Amino acid sequence: MSAQITEYSELKWRCRRGMLELDILLNSYLDKNYNTMSQQQGDIFSEVLDYPDQVLFDLLLGNMQSSDARVSRLVSEIQRTSCNDQDQI
Amino acid sequence: MPDIPIRQFDSLIIGAGGGGLRAALHLSSADASVAVVSKVFPTRSHTVAAQGGMNAALANVLPDNWHWHMFDTVKGSDYLGDQDAIEYMCRAAPRAVYELEHFGVPFSRMDNGTIYQRPFGGQSQNFGGDQAARTCAAADRTGHAILHSLYQQNIRAKTHFFDEYFAVDLLKDEQGCVLGALAFNIHNGEPVIIEAKTTLLATGGAGQLFRTTTNALINTGDGMGMALRAGVPLQDMEFFQFHPTGIAGRGMLITEGARGEGGYLVNADGERLMERYAPKAKDLASRDVVSRAIATEVREGRGCGPNKDHVMLKLDHLGEAVIQKRLPGIRQTCITFLGIDPAEAPVPVFPTAHYTMGGIPTNRQGQVVIPVKDTPEEPVPGLYAAGECACVSVHGANRLGGNSLLDILVFGRAAAGHIIDYLAENRYHRKMDSNSLESALNRMQRWDRTGNGDGESVSVLRDELKAVMENHCSVFRNEEVLSEGVNKVEQIAERFKHARIDDRSSVFNTARVEALELENLVGVALATIHSAYARQESRGAHSRIDYTERDDINWMRHSLYSLGGGVDYKPVRTKPISVDSFPPKARVY
Repeated sequence: MSAQITEYSELKWRCRRGMLELDILLNSYLDKNYNTMSQQQGDIFSEVLDYPDQVLFDLLLGNMQSSDARVSRLVSEIQRTSCNDQDQI
Repeated sequence: MPDIPIRQFDSLIIGAGGGGLRAALHLSSADASVAVVSKVFPTRSHTVAAQGGMNAALANVLPDNWHWHMFDTVKGSDYLGDQDAIEYMCRAAPRAVYELEHFGVPFSRMDNGTIYQRPFGGQSQNFGGDQAARTCAAADRTGHAILHSLYQQNIRAKTHFFDEYFAVDLLKDEQGCVLGALAFNIHNGEPVIIEAKTTLLATGGAGQLFRTTTNALINTGDGMGMALRAGVPLQDMEFFQFHPTGIAGRGMLITEGARGEGGYLVNADGERLMERYAPKAKDLASRDVVSRAIATEVREGRGCGPNKDHVMLKLDHLGEAVIQKRLPGIRQTCITFLGIDPAEAPVPVFPTAHYTMGGIPTNRQGQVVIPVKDTPEEPVPGLYAAGECACVSVHGANRLGGNSLLDILVFGRAAAGHIIDYLAENRYHRKMDSNSLESALNRMQRWDRTGNGDGESVSVLRDELKAVMENHCSVFRNEEVLSEGVNKVEQIAERFKHARIDDRSSVFNTARVEALELENLVGVALATIHSAYARQESRGAHSRIDYTERDDINWMRHSLYSLGGGVDYKPVRTKPISVDSFPPKARVY
């Protein structure tokens, strides 16, 4: 099994959260973008997956802004992916 | 015995939501050695999604007492709740809140420093009188606050966590005592036998049974599936709480507030459909009426969209200013998940599965109880259950808002209290039955074999199961629909025996986890649809259009579904611990 597939599976498992909203947003983003992610994008996504669920929820639903520009950019990308994705996960 | 690492503990807890963590903390604080197995990191359990709050008759805002709380819960359950368990829970509620406060939960407060309490539906003063205010909350993140506080307290108390381990099956001795579980590490696929003198199932609900649900992906009824395979029947599984307006195809809630502000439902013809189903209350009719109306429109071909599988919630006539001021959260949700601004376009909605009232039958000490000969409730030695996976039964046919967090905390602690007594009398580990282990191992290793099945893929079967449950066992139920559903679910169960996964790696093999989860869901689906088909009445969340009335003479009893044994029944415990029973009355508000 390649390291890439292992990494994808691990990230996929870490996208399993306590809230449906996060499941949908994170899985959708990972599935659509994993193959084209740069190392830096992968690292920041992995970093964000360590956030508590409630913080992630507030960031992704627009109740909170991150002071870290990299995180803000990722949040916008995740939101954009969701808007364009009408398929059920 | 195969060469698999063995770890020994006094107590094993499967599931790290609020119920599991509350039990673990009580046990660890009593110096028991405790293992908690969780398939996700503990603070990502579904308890985190409980935003509403937790009921307790503290009387901080309005007059209140536990007996009124008990009345509301019995009435809310449509008289299917066990009144001894309900009395126990309502009496224990204030202590449960104060304990959480001491663990660090930052409950919202009033100016005088006492805990703020908000009113919720179904709460009354004086046994059905004026509205009560009974729900304690930590702003809109109560579940998150409780889960994090309990997790931190468990770390302090040295509870041992097996994070990202999947529990496969319960292990027993030859006499049927439960002695722990076989689990495996999701990271590397390595199995481990966790031997324990007691095992508590606290794995949460099974909302993933349905295509449209508010539940997270992790809610696959794992503990219920394990219990079924261990010979424990599931109780009252036909009672599943639905919310009428979930975002179609996605599941998350659009609260009643949207219709309260003037939003209304339309079908594919643009007709305001609730005018036909509830001419007076229209879109503000009760949840079950609105849910059934939506399902009926879709069934009769008046659904919207290319698949005609939803109706539309219109809000745009309210204007952007009103929507932004009064419904900002809903607007954000629609924009994020649908790319639709409700100020400009209608929102596709369909009833969404929310809460599993049924589950693993327990008594109020959390012991799992099963019928043995003439005894309806014989404890299974060493086995306990608490929280949404259990049916104690305090919610009966319908759960009241604010009672689910209370349930997990009160009965998580109660189970731990009984476990402490059990451990004092059972000081040694028993000898495991090798057949029990072999059968669990076979179940896990089935998916590792090349050509593990020659049938359909797990994901195809899962999607079909969810669609069948949504079409045949959600809010629109009658003989014909349910009977067809029973056949379809039985066929899926048969086809699952030949299902396959293509990934046979050991490292982060999420396909294997999903296959094991689906096996659990299939068992829970069988229990749910068989029990729903058998119950010929309407009570609480179980609404039959061919049996529209509640029938206390024939049906005021709990259903019990077991694999291979079909549906059986046992009486409701109508006698409380210390007060008079509440006899059944019409449930009107």
